[in-house]
Amino acid sequence: MRAAFRMPAGGRIARGETLSFRFDGRIYTGHPGDTLASALLAHGVHLLGRSFKYHRPRGVLAAGSEEPNALVEIDRGGGRRTPNLRATEVALYDGLVARSQNRAPALSFDLGRINDFFAPLLSAGFYYKTFMWPRRAWRMLYEPLIRRAAGLGRAPEAPDPDRYANRFGHCDVLIVGGGPAGLMAALAASAGEARVVLVDEQAACGGSLLDETTATIAGQPAPVWLAETLATLNARATVRLLRCATAFGYYAENFIAIAERVTEHLADPDPGLPRERLWQMRAREVVLATGATERPLVFPGNDRPGVMLAGAARTYLNRYAVRPGRRAVIVTACDSAYQAASDLAAAGVEVALIADLRDTLPAVASDLAARGIRVAAGMTVLGTQGGLRVRSVAVAPARGGASVRLACDLVLMSGGWTPAIHLFSQSRGQVRFAADLGAFIPDRSVQRERSAGACRGLLDLAETLADGARAGAAAARAAGFPVPDLPRPAVAGAITPAGFHLGLCPRAAATRAFVDFQNDVTAKDIARAAQEGFHAIEHVKRYTTTGMATDQGKTSNLNALALVAAATGRAIPEVGLTSFRPPYTPVTFGTLAGLSRGALFDPVRTTPIHPWAEARGAVFEDVGAWRRARYFPRSDEDMHAAIARECRATREALGLLDASTLGKIEVVGPDAAEFLERFYVNALRKLGIGRCRYGLALGENGFVRDDGVIGRLAPDRFHVTTTTGGATATLDRMEDYLQTEWPDLHVWLTSTTEHWAVLAVQGPQARAALAPLITDIDLAPAAFPPMSVRVGHILGVATRLFRVSFTGELGFEINVPADYAGAVWEAVAARVAACGGAVYGTEAMHVLRAEKGYAIIGQETDGTVTPGDLGLDWTIGKGKTDFIGKRALALPDLRRPGRKQLVGLLTTDPALVLEEGAQIIAGPNPSPGSTALGHVTSAYPSATLGRSIALGLVAAGRQRLGARLYAQTPGGVAEVDLVSPVFFDPAGRRIDG
Amino acid sequence: MAPSRFSLLTLLRQAFSGPPDLSAHWRSPAPGPAYDVVIIGAGGHGLATAFHLAAEHGIRRVAVLEKGWLGGGNTGRNTTIVRSNYLMAESAALYEHALRLWEGLSQALNYNVMYSPRGVMMLAHNVHDIAVLKRHIYANRLAGIDNEWLSPAEAKAFCPPLNLAGGMRYPVLGAALQRRGGTARHDAVAWGYARAASALGVDIIQNCEVTAIDRDRAGAVSGVETTRGAIAARKIGVVAAGHTSVVMALAGLRMPLESYPLQALVSEPVKPVFPCVVMSNTIHAYISQSDKGELVIGAGTDAYVSYSQTGGLHIATHTLDAICELFPMFRRLRMLRNWGGIVDVTPDRSPIIGLTPVPGLFVNCGWGTGGFKATPGSGQVFAHTIATGAPHPINAPFSLDRFRCGRLIDEAAAAAVAH
Repeated sequence: MRAAFRMPAGGRIARGETLSFRFDGRIYTGHPGDTLASALLAHGVHLLGRSFKYHRPRGVLAAGSEEPNALVEIDRGGGRRTPNLRATEVALYDGLVARSQNRAPALSFDLGRINDFFAPLLSAGFYYKTFMWPRRAWRMLYEPLIRRAAGLGRAPEAPDPDRYANRFGHCDVLIVGGGPAGLMAALAASAGEARVVLVDEQAACGGSLLDETTATIAGQPAPVWLAETLATLNARATVRLLRCATAFGYYAENFIAIAERVTEHLADPDPGLPRERLWQMRAREVVLATGATERPLVFPGNDRPGVMLAGAARTYLNRYAVRPGRRAVIVTACDSAYQAASDLAAAGVEVALIADLRDTLPAVASDLAARGIRVAAGMTVLGTQGGLRVRSVAVAPARGGASVRLACDLVLMSGGWTPAIHLFSQSRGQVRFAADLGAFIPDRSVQRERSAGACRGLLDLAETLADGARAGAAAARAAGFPVPDLPRPAVAGAITPAGFHLGLCPRAAATRAFVDFQNDVTAKDIARAAQEGFHAIEHVKRYTTTGMATDQGKTSNLNALALVAAATGRAIPEVGLTSFRPPYTPVTFGTLAGLSRGALFDPVRTTPIHPWAEARGAVFEDVGAWRRARYFPRSDEDMHAAIARECRATREALGLLDASTLGKIEVVGPDAAEFLERFYVNALRKLGIGRCRYGLALGENGFVRDDGVIGRLAPDRFHVTTTTGGATATLDRMEDYLQTEWPDLHVWLTSTTEHWAVLAVQGPQARAALAPLITDIDLAPAAFPPMSVRVGHILGVATRLFRVSFTGELGFEINVPADYAGAVWEAVAARVAACGGAVYGTEAMHVLRAEKGYAIIGQETDGTVTPGDLGLDWTIGKGKTDFIGKRALALPDLRRPGRKQLVGLLTTDPALVLEEGAQIIAGPNPSPGSTALGHVTSAYPSATLGRSIALGLVAAGRQRLGARLYAQTPGGVAEVDLVSPVFFDPAGRRIDG
Repeated sequence: MAPSRFSLLTLLRQAFSGPPDLSAHWRSPAPGPAYDVVIIGAGGHGLATAFHLAAEHGIRRVAVLEKGWLGGGNTGRNTTIVRSNYLMAESAALYEHALRLWEGLSQALNYNVMYSPRGVMMLAHNVHDIAVLKRHIYANRLAGIDNEWLSPAEAKAFCPPLNLAGGMRYPVLGAALQRRGGTARHDAVAWGYARAASALGVDIIQNCEVTAIDRDRAGAVSGVETTRGAIAARKIGVVAAGHTSVVMALAGLRMPLESYPLQALVSEPVKPVFPCVVMSNTIHAYISQSDKGELVIGAGTDAYVSYSQTGGLHIATHTLDAICELFPMFRRLRMLRNWGGIVDVTPDRSPIIGLTPVPGLFVNCGWGTGGFKATPGSGQVFAHTIATGAPHPINAPFSLDRFRCGRLIDEAAAAAVAH
């Protein structure tokens, strides 16, 4: 197809190369440097999308990231389909495939358009007032209909194959915006040694200068000045230019988040490159040079394809060499539209009329009049006509009189310019309303930041350049780098965009006069909302949805404010401003998630024994961040058979468990004993060297938080273990107390979880198995009694050997440095096998300890359990004056009779294994709403006992021993008898082997 | 005085044969000199309290004072999830009471709050999660609250975007589903209560900050000082969410509360793709899709206390890590807006609803990250407490003095992970 609206020369496109692309199946052409929007406009295609609610045909309103209408889906194939992209931002590449959205069956014939005829019914907030009857109809009928009609594009269906990267950066001066102010700021700031980063959201730096054809700067045409300035900056080693990069969030302490699009503009990107990159930049000083956005005028039919912002038309003409139409009518309240008119006329577009809303024409008007262009003051615009493209526009004198309908295919409008204060506001800076601009501008900075140029209301090019230079130099100096002042460049041939109009155009009807184009919010909707009592701007926003579309109201917010102000008889500053929230423009989820996916999402922790277990076919389970071997099935075994065998082997001969995941903390210092005495309930101050004690740690609320074994190696050195899942929290809590409550104690904490691998050797043969491997520790019962620790060597490797048991059998826990663990494990495993034992996993570990009634913190306990509830009152050191949680243990409710206590549960059917979490109830037929007596905390088949066993917490459980209660099952209830939680070897004889 | 009734018929009539009745949804009166009850905080809970005081207890001389705009705090910032599948009997009773009110709320208020029982599904990723969720299911079943176990395949059938591909870091091993759980339109809840309360005579006074709480010689409350003048009242209910500590300090009370920023975010709107609510406690993510089409995603709290309504970027990105891991097809969607609110957290993560040591002063706070779903029930039992001077049986366990006696209601406890 021929690009009939492309001019034969000019623009910043590479004409030498032709790109081909598809939009809704049709093939078009463009050039490198085009956006999808400019390339389609070059073919005279203005209809690009449908609006959210009324499905009205929509074209291109703007030329940048503020575009509300022209949203498309881009499909790169292979799961790379992205909805809701702005055609004005999509860089053209060869083979690009774009589709319109929110229409059926076709963009030019959309059945959803029927909504537009029901517009009177679908006014703002209509859904709050109806769809309530009958009760279930909302969920079953109305909501599905509304949901289907709403939404814009289609979400991708396949996993995204692309990669995203993440970088952290620091700089002295960060400049946001590469327009005239930003470039001057960069020139000034980088004159010394300061590291300067300039971020610009567009593919090319220059901002408004990219559209400039007539202005001169420092005696040079603006494009020449721009090229030379960029060359200067590129030559400075201290300057980094980030293009296609949007600074989208301004957080505390000058922390700026930037989304850089790396490959979006490439037809065939290098697979080694990420699609996008998140920069998290900490800047000493920030210069915001974010420019200003042109505002539409509000009048009926201002949304028709072919109605465009005047500045956007100028962009398409000058940057992309595209005529946006053949015959234009310009309605404006701002001088900048005259520049557009002038450029269009020079390019051969017929300008039928410049209708100025102001009573007095600006000086520039006479220049255009002199070129034969009709200019009229004191005018207004009453509406447009047309179907899929504007056909005519009705203009009239603002103070009354007959309207005239002018045929045209292009209506350009300008209501003035809105400074982009989004990032400034995010930085918590205070804004003020500038009555001469009709907009809010930065007032007081809160962070180390300064605004420059159009984003603080300086719309004159000379002023903007000078302001940028001033801000850049000031920022560099504030960051500690002396730089000279730059001379103020002389500017000629530029029009200063003075003048504005806010709210509805005079005499114009409010119906179908759009304020928020994408969300279909009209001036009438806003007036109605105000009438219905929604006066706070946040209420108006939420009730009408104005400003809540994907453009977040960049072109609409001020008009909405003005309309609310008018409707409620207040001044705009009294109405206030809605909050600016990140991101400035939408940011891809993948960019924010970055490398954090798959194995890197949350790295799996494994022990040094893991490869051995994997090689032996172990089945693993996730326990917190750890992956632990759950059981080791032999060829024909199922899970139950494997666990039963592992348990039997341990009870009858010997078992070996990889217990390396146990948390380990080295507690060292002259006050280490005193510290542990306060942290744990147990009496630890006088623990003998070489002795261990079971330790129970409570929260301030008196409930059990963690447990472990505390071994004393020296007067000032303890080896403390924690639960696997509680290791981090316990270390954090210890540090917290040391640093905030007891800073006077001289104690140092070191996590040694990863340093020591732990081999638990448990069973009657444990001593016999280990004796040949350990030569310098006397394993004899008298020399090495239960609950003691020895330092020595196993196979020549330094070890801390504990005599502890979590099975009720004779047991040792061998701590060896992780680097040697594999070798030691192999040797110990060989001895275990030789003694008729087996390696066991976490599931057998659970069963073995449950047979002994040992609680697992986090399984038997849930943060509401006291030591007494577990039957562990004996662990509390008698006569201790204080420990964490002691005061809470004295609270009435923690001493209340009837608290839930740990008991054993035996089903009357010995084959039935209860489900963990089942509730314990008094009778077999509980009425709905009845409360439980407790619940099952652990339940297993026990090979040792030849039946199922369970542990549970039951109200006044110890008084109820012998009682018959009921436990829920998936199908109903089961009878259970309450028994002691110690099912096996209640006398504890086996511990001595 | 009574506003016209909202209905499709009325709307049709108004739409096509003007002039429409566009009376204000609520009156905006100047503060009166005295009320029977002053509620501090015009969020959902405060407005619901005022509504129930007027509608059920006949107390119509009620003022709701709001520092900013009504519904502008956590009511307008949350992720709109409604459910009652709590573990502890006390909590389950409270939230189930609220859920039953949700079911008829649109009709009760004559305002469509868009309660949408599309199902709330909680995912299990490991053996421990399974036990925790089954404990919830068993406890809920006993309490008469719907909650059921789904196999991974059943979960996928209920929520097709769920990723069951092998080799996932956090595989889906099953899920607990409460079918009656779902979402509601948060703003509409505030507006519906405001409209209904205002119609019953309640004065809603916005832009009115309380600067002091007055006490008589006996120590009982006698009124408040505000930026819009003094207002006398013998009963004051504080429902100020994240700023409750600040307001209660005006009465000399130090509350067992810590305030944290909590973040949420939405994607750009897309066509319906996500039919229910999915939560994963293990990887800290929850997600649903609004009727407008945005994916609504909740993040965790920041690690440090703060009154700032913005949190750190890393909290939001960490949540998106988890969402993208569970739903890798959403990786190309884009974050449209990210915001924060201030949540007030108690030591046991359960709310405080009841009397205070100051006669005439009542408090309803400490909802942490989950207050929205309780709004109707919370308002009703708090109104009962203020009207009768004694707690309703449902909120009796949620007294302030439980922190003195130790009778905590620790919901977070059940999620404790350790082995």
